[in-house]
Amino acid sequence: MRRQIPILITTIAGLVFAISYFIPHDPFGESESIFGDWITIVQAFAVWLGALNLLKISFEKISNKTADWPYAAIIVVSLMGTLAIGFYDGYSGMAQDPQVSFRDPGTNFDWLYRFIYTPLSATMFSMLAFFVASASYRAFRARNVQATLLLIAGFFVMGGRVPLFDMMISPITDFPVFSWFADWIMTYPNTAGQRAIMIGIALGIMSSSLRIILGIERSHIGGGSG
Amino acid sequence: MLSTIAMVLSAIVGLSLIYLLIRTIQGHPVERRIVFIYIGLAVVLPLLMNKTLPLPITKDVIKLYDQLEKLQPGSKVLCAFDYDPPSAPELQPMAVAFLKYAFKKDLKIIIMGLWPQGPQQAQQAIEEAMLDPIIAGKNLVQGEDWVNLGFQSGNEFVIQSMGTEFKRMFPKDNRHIAYGDIPLLQDVVNFSNVDFVINFSAGKPGTTEWVQFGVDRFGFDMVAGNTAVQAPMMYPYLRTGQLKGLLGGMTGAAEFEKILDEKGKASTFLLAQTFAHATVIIFIIIGNLAYFSSRKKKMAGTP
Repeated sequence: MRRQIPILITTIAGLVFAISYFIPHDPFGESESIFGDWITIVQAFAVWLGALNLLKISFEKISNKTADWPYAAIIVVSLMGTLAIGFYDGYSGMAQDPQVSFRDPGTNFDWLYRFIYTPLSATMFSMLAFFVASASYRAFRARNVQATLLLIAGFFVMGGRVPLFDMMISPITDFPVFSWFADWIMTYPNTAGQRAIMIGIALGIMSSSLRIILGIERSHIGGGSG
Repeated sequence: MLSTIAMVLSAIVGLSLIYLLIRTIQGHPVERRIVFIYIGLAVVLPLLMNKTLPLPITKDVIKLYDQLEKLQPGSKVLCAFDYDPPSAPELQPMAVAFLKYAFKKDLKIIIMGLWPQGPQQAQQAIEEAMLDPIIAGKNLVQGEDWVNLGFQSGNEFVIQSMGTEFKRMFPKDNRHIAYGDIPLLQDVVNFSNVDFVINFSAGKPGTTEWVQFGVDRFGFDMVAGNTAVQAPMMYPYLRTGQLKGLLGGMTGAAEFEKILDEKGKASTFLLAQTFAHATVIIFIIIGNLAYFSSRKKKMAGTP
């Protein structure tokens, strides 16, 4: 029963979603909406699960004094602090008229978001520019025909996505060589490649979905296939 | 003054790249730290110049603009903010430019987010748009001219449920006002009651999910603004007409500002991106020269 019931739930949910796409009327349409609401609620709980799991791992690191445990302490303090401030702002905002959300401008949470979270996450992301440049310098080499083609495509797309390169060749020709070639690469070879990937993924999803709905694939409930 | 100093420094940095090129040909490869310094300078110096580059407008941006121009004053536009602060340098200028255009044209904006940070980015974009004297003069009212429904978890299932009823996913707006009490949403039940959808997206859930679960199923017209990394994946949807227009990365944002005649941040940031691209291209050339010269030496040394 421990296996049959989850398989039955999966099969029913899968069939309802598949059928309701083609027959959006009751009972399938309504069932789909109900299942959709359930998924939203389960996903909301998953956020809490993730946060609790992060806390558990961090507390373990702190209590065992493993390597880099101070970082775990910073995670705990940041998480609990943000949570407390959010709750406080949300609770006190409800008493105001009109009600104020914890995310509204002027709240403590909004201050944290604007002046701590935003610059920190922007800093992390901007590091990519340095790593991409360094990786391009070291790895983007014309070692063989395929690598050379990729190099040429990259050269024209990078050059064509900014106006400088077309400006530089404007004394020779008025034709925007870089932007035209970048546009051509994106519109034809890129679109063809993306379509191939999309169709491949879609076929893969369909086949694995069918296997799950029919109960052939059971790895999601802790068992193997077959 | 600062602008002139930055321009002189940029010229010196540019000339020093030629020196690096010569050193590489002579067999002295460039260290990784040097690459970092050059990229840092290529991004920072242009930001001090306060200059913009002449920019041609691509057909995808023109298509998007044409779609927006078709909207009549009073049209309801659903605006999905699916990004967070790391992607804001590319997407926030697009959002601000769009909101300025929409408010000036008296479009009614319904904001929501599939990313938790999205509605907060929207709030910041609204604040920036409201600084425009024309928009400030209109005395726009939240709940009547725009509404922020906030974030809802559930990714693509939120879109799917909104096809039946928006209220189901967003029973209250971000100020805790019940859906039914918001004047702007009085006759908005589902997608059939909005005239247009625009999505600013930095990943999943984002434009792909909106096309697959929204456009394909409920048949609304949609355009999108994407990060430069994500934009190439949207071309198949553009070619089929599932997306009516696309703004790709900083360049798309700058083109959008230009076509709307709005002087925004993207036009300034584009110069930094241009210099960074040029620096990366030069380092790729230097890297390849180093590779070929070392290969030549190896081959010459092989008996």
